[in-house]
Amino acid sequence: MNFAFSEEQEELRRTVRQFLDSKSPETEVRRLMETTEGYDPAVWKQMGQELGLQSLAIPEEYGGQGFTFIELGIILEEMGRVLLCAPYFASVVLAANAILNAGTDDEKKSLLPGIASGDSIATLAFTEPNGKWGADGVTMEASEKGGSWTLSGEKMFVLDGHTADAIVVVARTAGTTGTDGISFFTVSGDADGLTRTALSTMDMTRKQAKLEFSNVAATPLGAAGSGWDAFSKTLDQAAVALSNEMMGGAQFVLDMSVQYAKDRVQFGRPIGSFQAIKHKCADMLLEVESGKSAAYYSSWAAAEDNEELPVVAALAKAYCSEAYFHATAENIQIHGGIGFTWEHPAHLYFKRAKSSEIYLGDATYHRELLAQRIGI
Amino acid sequence: MDFTDTPAEAAFRDEIRTWLAENLKGEFAALGSAGGPADETGWDTRVEWARLLGRDRWTGLSWPVEYGGRGADVAQQIIYSEEYARANAPSSVSFFGEGLFAPTLIAWGTDEQKRRFLPGIQMCEELWCQGFSEPNAGSDLANVQTRGVLDGEEWVVDGQKVWTTLAHRSDWCFVVTRTDPESSGHHGLSYLLVPMDQPGVDVRPLRQMTGSAEFNEVFFDGARTAKENVLGPVGEGWKVAMATLGFERGTAFLSQQLAFEEEVTRVLDIARKNGAADDPVLRDELAARYIGLQVMKYNGMRMLTNLVKSGHVGPEASIGKLFWTTWHKAFGETAMKVLGADALTVAESGAGTYDLDELHQIFMASRAETIYAGSSEIQHNIIGERVLGLPREPR
Repeated sequence: MNFAFSEEQEELRRTVRQFLDSKSPETEVRRLMETTEGYDPAVWKQMGQELGLQSLAIPEEYGGQGFTFIELGIILEEMGRVLLCAPYFASVVLAANAILNAGTDDEKKSLLPGIASGDSIATLAFTEPNGKWGADGVTMEASEKGGSWTLSGEKMFVLDGHTADAIVVVARTAGTTGTDGISFFTVSGDADGLTRTALSTMDMTRKQAKLEFSNVAATPLGAAGSGWDAFSKTLDQAAVALSNEMMGGAQFVLDMSVQYAKDRVQFGRPIGSFQAIKHKCADMLLEVESGKSAAYYSSWAAAEDNEELPVVAALAKAYCSEAYFHATAENIQIHGGIGFTWEHPAHLYFKRAKSSEIYLGDATYHRELLAQRIGI
Repeated sequence: MDFTDTPAEAAFRDEIRTWLAENLKGEFAALGSAGGPADETGWDTRVEWARLLGRDRWTGLSWPVEYGGRGADVAQQIIYSEEYARANAPSSVSFFGEGLFAPTLIAWGTDEQKRRFLPGIQMCEELWCQGFSEPNAGSDLANVQTRGVLDGEEWVVDGQKVWTTLAHRSDWCFVVTRTDPESSGHHGLSYLLVPMDQPGVDVRPLRQMTGSAEFNEVFFDGARTAKENVLGPVGEGWKVAMATLGFERGTAFLSQQLAFEEEVTRVLDIARKNGAADDPVLRDELAARYIGLQVMKYNGMRMLTNLVKSGHVGPEASIGKLFWTTWHKAFGETAMKVLGADALTVAESGAGTYDLDELHQIFMASRAETIYAGSSEIQHNIIGERVLGLPREPR
């Protein structure tokens, strides 16, 4: 039994942190969150060329470096810590894993190297205006005529959907419901009949789009109609990845709170000497450390791709999302009035936390998934 | 990061599994996981079982070989605890001796003291109790008033201890006493080892809300112990006591936490059968408790990995203590909700008796867990001050 990162993994964390501290300071986050694109193409390129972050967890045969979800989790934790504005989660977590899970070998060879190099940005469009996160939410039907497929309908809350070069779409074959008939397709970002609208997001540091499809020509990814297992696994992997990302932000706001509690003097003493504040910080630490335990364990399950993954993914998402939101909310309270201002970064984390809690389904949703998966 | 056994660990797991399969039979097996650190169910049988564990050196697993142990590393201790819990073996009668005093003795004792006391703990021939709390020294433990005065070749102890679990079963007590009458706070204290069977020691039971009386008040009135029965230097008793508390907050409850898995399985079974699992609110709560249990396990594995690397339990053990006690209390409340109207009666009790079934026992006994070994409020202070480095409360 060894529940710790290796020295190489710690080194990776240091490298990524150093890079992000210089490329994604708060001023950059604030600049990019005000733009429609929401990321800096030059930094994106450096991430790929200098650090190879996009390729790290993609298998070598598809242009990647063949590392695992444990390393991917470390990168995401560091990105969450600084609220990096980039389509990394959309392209490297959602789209790449959907392609790995659903695609044929040829499809992977054609689609993944571009994602791995960072030359191509991809995303996964699965949610619709109904706001459901599982198979039931997918109502878009794919039409087939003489071996050619077209898509019509609307996808919502698509991460970086307005900037992605390639869109992996989850739809279903005609007349199916539930987990039957789930199918993956790929669509080019500039396809005819596709209208992309950037949304005004609560969390301005992560961009989303509405995608309207009107008879858009689509290429099947894997066998049409039998995509549920691949979709379900993609969602579990995304939950694991997001849990790790959330814990990076949670640790950051905890550090912020503790520092402020040491510095801020009221009644002639640092507010952190009062138990009311001290105990809040202690609870935050307990939840952040516990959330890390859950997130790291889920990374391991995803790396091993073992039978624990579905339960552990739901567990981590449920626990980490509540821990993160609680930490960001307490951070505002501990900072008092200053924590409520636009100038202070507390609200950026607060909004990211709530948005991450809801995205992929909230804690209640994931506890229900877990209940089903352990047979309650 | 790897949660699978190495070949050596797998062999060790096989060894304890085989031993348990061969020995956990008959009346021992019939007990199941009955009892607890402060629950006397099946006492005599559990003592016999403990002697079997001692004979084959499962008790004292981590002790150095020269003191009769196996010199097991942390990974082996975890495997032992896992297999012990999985086998549903009886709860230890020697939590205070084996779990708290022995590791303190190994860390602070002289060679002579180790040779004198470890065999009695291993063979369950001598049971121990913990003389820390006093009527005016609860959370403020350093306010100890019990006095120890050297009279020739003996210490004479006067004072009162309270919440002394299983004092009525114990042969010895490790007692924090004030040996420097001029001192206050955590200075001038010594960690004395006092035999219980003597005229100067009076044990009076305290009946708890659970109905049973594992707690006691212990009155020392001219109680005597040999001069050499002081653990660690005279005047350094606070440090020794903190080592004991470190074990209590850190690793001592590991086996108990592993037993929580069985409790959860049981409550989930009831919930499936009586329909409680179909109630959406309760269903969400059950899932939350299950998640808490798993997270506790993951936290434990991270803490133990850290322990292997650093060699000691740090203040972060407070996180573990706070987590498991808070969780267990919430779990007890969930169990009552699952029972529904059946929670109104204490199972198998006829009128005039008050014998708690397992779930009522959890529901009530867990109220003590957030109080003993440093209350949750004290754990919050420790985390705030010693882990996060926040300024101390003005004192």
